[in-house]
Amino acid sequence: MFKRILTLFKARNLEFMRDRSAVAWNILFPILVIVGFSLIFSDERQILYKVGIVGPRTAVSPASEAQLNSFIKTKYIDFIRFRSVPEAMPKLLHHRIDLLINTGTGTFWNSKTSPKGYIAERLLKASAVTPVAGFSKESVTGVEVPYIEWLFPGILGMNIMFSALFGVGYVVVTYRKNGVLKRLSVTPLRPWEFLTAQILSRMYLLLVTTAIVFVGCAIIYGFQVRGSYLTLFLVFCLGGFSMISLSLVVAARSSSEEFAGGILNLITWPMMFLSEVWFSLEGAHPWVLKVSRFFPLTQMIDAARKIMNDGAGLREVQSQLFILALMSLIFLITGSKLFTWHKQ
Amino acid sequence: MEPILEVKDLKKHFPEVKAVDGISFSIEPGICFGLLGPNGAGKTTAIEVIEGILRPTAGEIFYKGGRRGSTFKNEVGIQFQNTELPQFLTVKETLLTFRNLYDRAADMDYLITTCRLEEILTRDNRKISGGQKQRLLLAMALANDPELIFLDEPTTGLDPQARRHLWEIVRQIKSQKKTIVLTTHYMEEAEILCDRIGIIDNGRIIAMGSPRGLLEEHCAGATITINLDLDDGLLKSFPCQWFRKEGRIEIQTQAVNECLRRLVTLGIDLSTMNVRMQNLEDLFLKLTGHELRA
Repeated sequence: MFKRILTLFKARNLEFMRDRSAVAWNILFPILVIVGFSLIFSDERQILYKVGIVGPRTAVSPASEAQLNSFIKTKYIDFIRFRSVPEAMPKLLHHRIDLLINTGTGTFWNSKTSPKGYIAERLLKASAVTPVAGFSKESVTGVEVPYIEWLFPGILGMNIMFSALFGVGYVVVTYRKNGVLKRLSVTPLRPWEFLTAQILSRMYLLLVTTAIVFVGCAIIYGFQVRGSYLTLFLVFCLGGFSMISLSLVVAARSSSEEFAGGILNLITWPMMFLSEVWFSLEGAHPWVLKVSRFFPLTQMIDAARKIMNDGAGLREVQSQLFILALMSLIFLITGSKLFTWHKQ
Repeated sequence: MEPILEVKDLKKHFPEVKAVDGISFSIEPGICFGLLGPNGAGKTTAIEVIEGILRPTAGEIFYKGGRRGSTFKNEVGIQFQNTELPQFLTVKETLLTFRNLYDRAADMDYLITTCRLEEILTRDNRKISGGQKQRLLLAMALANDPELIFLDEPTTGLDPQARRHLWEIVRQIKSQKKTIVLTTHYMEEAEILCDRIGIIDNGRIIAMGSPRGLLEEHCAGATITINLDLDDGLLKSFPCQWFRKEGRIEIQTQAVNECLRRLVTLGIDLSTMNVRMQNLEDLFLKLTGHELRA
């Protein structure tokens, strides 16, 4: 029994390691994403709004001059000079700039359909107002987490998701389609032995590639893990296991790579957008939040962020671990029950 | 001697076709049994039911006198008609992988030399030829040193040289007293390799016996081939059994001299005529009215 599992485990690992495109995808893709985002966010002049200016350097009136000077001091706004209104107006109409100011006439324009234009207008108007007593500002306390550090667990989770779902689901379907599963079915190999070998192989490869990405990014960017590495390892193990189990459900019967690919995309894309990989769902509609809790990726990323960003321990992430274990069990039982060697 | 494999009234019906419709046979140990028939006759379905891949609609299968138990998969070797090999593995790795799936494993050197894999051992599965692939598939079927080996159309699609190489290997395996069940639609292959054959058509076995015995029983005469597309009316009252085949006429007869005299009497041009002893292909044509390689 163990000999058969070990044999298939080794064979699958060899297949993966020799498939250069698979290796590159699993290791290089997350690193490239991290590098790309770090380049974007390493620029201290993070531009949120673009404002076009036409007319003379000095505004038409002292009040306008004071307002403009105050507005120009606002951080994260890029001010772009244009020679004339006709030159700048098309840029505004096509949302290449959010606001256009004419210093010669003391007028400005923005697009009614542009949310950024609306905010830019409010900022311009606020620049003319003398501060009044209202809310008072206080300094933020606690450890501030850089965006890249917030993003990193999400990217790792996303990579684990793609690797688990496509790496097992697609491979099993291809094996079934080209007859490899049929050939295996006439050996003494039992279905559960085959599935166990696939799970173990993918878990091994997935953890190794995740570790490589993790160490590589930690060396380059000096990421901090504020919690326990062991707990983080447990989270990635259970997260990966739950998604491998989910892929076994998808691959249980199909022999069509196109169909399986479609189903896998149907599963991965909503998970990618609703599991807070790229952005927070804070303030999203309640049903979106409820749906996202059913995704294993949400649970894994949530737990990983708590450990990496907030220094959470095993107790703080036990609910996520329990849900991941439960999901794994349900998916695994369903996938095993539905599994068939042969084309239907 | 107790048969190693016995099949009784085996049926496999699909919603729209009766692929196997009540076949029975038994195979003594150490022989090569062939299921001979054209494409779509039910050979592969029959063999896959026996191998345990498909569930029978009805009928019984006995292995060594009993039901096929948990040991069946460990003791038989199987080569499918079409199987892709695992990608990115070498020939040796593939063979080792399949060998390790069994409780009993054949000697690796024996597998390599028997199936002539020495020169391609380190080659990627994706880079071997059709003949080399069939030899590897055969080695995989022998990986557990089986007593009973199923070979489903092992030479289909191979060039004549590769086919003859494979026949030599099968003969070698046969000489080791292993039992072989072979399906084929090549008459020559069945004649060369099989001790007994069952001729199968439309899911039924229509004749069974040794190739020589079947020919002696059903085809004692000769086949006269005339490369002319003769008019039906001309041969309407002809006393021998005749068939129209690919634009020529084939006549099967035991009375060659009498038949030739009648052809001369009818004024038929015999300059393109050929006379030969009958073979299994003629037998199949005689029994079914259509060609083996239809």
